[in-house]
Amino acid sequence: MTDTDWPLWEVFVRSRRGLSHTHAGSLHAPDAELALRNARDLYTRRGEGVSIWVVPSAAITASSPDEKDPFFEPAADKPYRHPTFYEIPEGVKHL
Amino acid sequence: MATAAAHRTAGAPAYGAPHADPDGDARQRAFDAAVAADERVEPRDWMPDAYRATLVRQIAQHAHSEIIGMQPEANWITRAPSLRRKAILMAKVQDEAGHGLYLYSAAETLGVSRDELLDKLHSGRQKYSSIFNYPTLTWADVGAIGWLVDGAAITNQVPLCRCSYGPYARAMVRVCKEESFHQRQGYELLLALSRGTSEQHAMAQDAVDRWWWPSLMMFGPPDDASQHSAQSMAWKIKRHSNDELRQRFVDICVPQAESLGLTLPDPDLKWNEEHGRHDFGAIDWTEFWDVLKGNGPCNEQRLTQRRRAHDEGAWVREAAAAHAAKHAAKHTGKHTGPTGVEQA
Amino acid sequence: MTATPVTVSATAALALGDDALVLSHRLGEWAGHAPVLEEEVALANIALDLLGQARVLLSMAGDEDELAYLREERAFTNLQLVEQPNGDFAHTIARQLYFSTYQHLLYGRLAASESEFAPLAGKAVKEVAYHRDHAEQWTLRLGDGTDVSHERMRRACEALWRFTGEMFQPVAGLDVDRAALERDWLDSVSDVLRRATLAPPEGPWTGAWSAGAGRQGLHTEPFGRMLAEMQHLHRSHPGATW
Repeated sequence: MTDTDWPLWEVFVRSRRGLSHTHAGSLHAPDAELALRNARDLYTRRGEGVSIWVVPSAAITASSPDEKDPFFEPAADKPYRHPTFYEIPEGVKHL
Repeated sequence: MATAAAHRTAGAPAYGAPHADPDGDARQRAFDAAVAADERVEPRDWMPDAYRATLVRQIAQHAHSEIIGMQPEANWITRAPSLRRKAILMAKVQDEAGHGLYLYSAAETLGVSRDELLDKLHSGRQKYSSIFNYPTLTWADVGAIGWLVDGAAITNQVPLCRCSYGPYARAMVRVCKEESFHQRQGYELLLALSRGTSEQHAMAQDAVDRWWWPSLMMFGPPDDASQHSAQSMAWKIKRHSNDELRQRFVDICVPQAESLGLTLPDPDLKWNEEHGRHDFGAIDWTEFWDVLKGNGPCNEQRLTQRRRAHDEGAWVREAAAAHAAKHAAKHTGKHTGPTGVEQA
Repeated sequence: MTATPVTVSATAALALGDDALVLSHRLGEWAGHAPVLEEEVALANIALDLLGQARVLLSMAGDEDELAYLREERAFTNLQLVEQPNGDFAHTIARQLYFSTYQHLLYGRLAASESEFAPLAGKAVKEVAYHRDHAEQWTLRLGDGTDVSHERMRRACEALWRFTGEMFQPVAGLDVDRAALERDWLDSVSDVLRRATLAPPEGPWTGAWSAGAGRQGLHTEPFGRMLAEMQHLHRSHPGATW
């Protein structure tokens, strides 16, 4: 088979202004221009988006599940980063 | 297929094949615990090879069904009897292409390429749902497919939205949301026929007569003969048994058929007060296995059309790839990154 | 047929509506046959946009289904270009390039005019801009892709060229500057073709037979078969509702 070889692209859609782009899925396209258009046709057929990003899947660097503990656990024991950690006398407002 | 393999390796940071497994037992335990706790398995997590293989087989078969399933309905796009119906049918067939794409995309997170899967479809090494090997002989068949075939599919698919594999579950959420109009349009189409002229009513009844039994077969063989069911249930890929889902479907359809003014072609179909469900007649599993083996009325036709579309499209895909290669240098650096000014 | 009085605007609504209806039908024939799945979705989007436009336009002239399903071939006033069979993907793209460029330029003018078509054109012009972009993108890729695709695209552009002159014939009720439309169309299409490493065709674009023919109800042979297929079910059940 000498055909396709169209690379895979990840698609991110902003559903409306004020929200972040979120991952919608992936698709194949020969280049960025067509990837954007294919994404528009595939992922916003029902008016689901106002803006689209496409990224070559190969360009994404992901954290590894093996590194889950060193990556994410240390953040779990720093409760002083959260507002609920602090005790404020009753009646004090705007805090 | 060297290129597809190369591409997979290039994509490894995102999806990756399973890592070397120095401590298999611990990983197996972690996997089992995650599934038991109803957590989702995600692409880069370790998973048993058999789980991966089962998912690839099932998601691919599901994706193939969507794109082969375009054919029997597309058969009527050019003959739709009103412009309203034509628009609805085109949108529905388009959705099926879209659903195929969502599902291939979910399968690709498991380390297989779409090319590879299509190749297996074209060479008959992977299956698609047998229901699409039946022909659409009249306009009413479009309605019967919407009501019964999509109805059965939805009954099957809704539980898949909670499937243990994250990308498959997410694809199914999207599919189910979009498919809700598919069944309703089929029902509405049949209702218009049933309440129409006597010829139209007869057309609707004939379609239901032909599609009822094949729809019941869509839930797969009875539980005691289903080779994959038990393991899939344990892995929470599947949430209900074939027979449970089939029963649910029958119970849903009976009152719907009454409202349509159409008869389901089963003399044994009756309410069972004691069990609180409908009893129904025996399914002809010989026909099921025969169609599955490739002897259905349209197996050859469906695959031939699919292969032809793929083969005749090869020069187009090659052209676009060649164009992209020629112009790759020119495009580099042309686009503003996501945090900068956005492109249109 | 209902005896809708043929006013000037009905003539124009039918001409534009028939263009959209017939091209939508042709694009609908691609379903299940597209060269790649992503293109199934893209072609269907374009077909659905056109069908939506056709329904609005035909409804301006009468009952949409009566007009679509119960007129004879000679009563259709679409351009011959849009009824041309799909051919290979290059033919479909060349047809899209020629037509969507024309439609985009025309609707842009109508949208900015006082015409009764302004509201429809204002909405449709955005859809058509995308159709035009789709056609241009693919023209570039097929023209400047492989030797095979270049040759196919060249042949397609040549073959359909003779149907393009008709677009600039006057249509009663469409008050636009045809000469300017023609000039802009030619500039735009020539530019796209050159960027696609293709030369704009040199043959006649208004053959003796084709000049204005579709607008007068004279069509090419494949159109009759297309209508036969499209109308057969509707006509087989007179008076039925669907």
